[in-house]
Amino acid sequence: MSIPLSWYLILAAALFCIGLFGVLSRRNAIAILLGVELMLNAVNINLVAFWRYLDPAQMAGQAFAVIVFAVAAAEVAVGLALIISVYRRRKTVVADEIDLMKW
Amino acid sequence: MTAEKIIFLLTGALILLSALMVVSTRKLLHAALWLVVTLFGVAVLYAMLQASFLAVVQVVVYIGAIAILFIFAVMLTRREMRDQGQQTRSNWWLPALLGLLILAGLVFLILGVPGADRVPAALPEGFDAVRVLGTALVSPNAYVLPFEVASVLLLAALVGAVYLAGAGKKP
Repeated sequence: MSIPLSWYLILAAALFCIGLFGVLSRRNAIAILLGVELMLNAVNINLVAFWRYLDPAQMAGQAFAVIVFAVAAAEVAVGLALIISVYRRRKTVVADEIDLMKW
Repeated sequence: MTAEKIIFLLTGALILLSALMVVSTRKLLHAALWLVVTLFGVAVLYAMLQASFLAVVQVVVYIGAIAILFIFAVMLTRREMRDQGQQTRSNWWLPALLGLLILAGLVFLILGVPGADRVPAALPEGFDAVRVLGTALVSPNAYVLPFEVASVLLLAALVGAVYLAGAGKKP
């Protein structure tokens, strides 16, 4: 264990920014969800790295990482169901064209 | 340069390259497959951080369930914008600039934090992270409440996904 903590944090920051770029730049709603997954993974790397480097006896980092897993699974299940439902009714997955509630 | 650092750098390069492919490749199915590579790299990082349970859960839940769900969704909707048409917005340079600015700011902050270059102490002899995590998740003075809230959230997501996917059919 000779890796400084900052290496993990910088890697997670880079992964988060790539995910942010994906969320903001893609037009396809499924691709936007892929970007969200990248961002959640970056957060998880941070949580686990802080658990290992600060106080391994306190399980806060790993416990919250487990909860992030559960939230990610719920988000993907509902998000993809929404996208497929919209696709069936309107034949589009482009986020800009799903503007039913925009006025 | 120890072997551990070399493994970290290789894994980090793999994660970042595949993440860039996820956000930039034109074919969405390929993006979903590159996401599997990214998730696997993150599982390697968990193993390096000695979070063995999370490394297994990452492979089982993320790769086994979430990535496969993505591939199903891509296959169910791909007729629409398969190969033709723009995949990114016309002003994609604006998010790229924003991402680079945020990355620069975060790196500046991380390098300024005291103790950012610390290395971890070795785990105590006989420390069983999986056992401690399991106890913490169900003990009333630790994380049993977030744990139960997460299970209710999963149940709600299950019901919601079934309702949404079945919507359109008359019951």
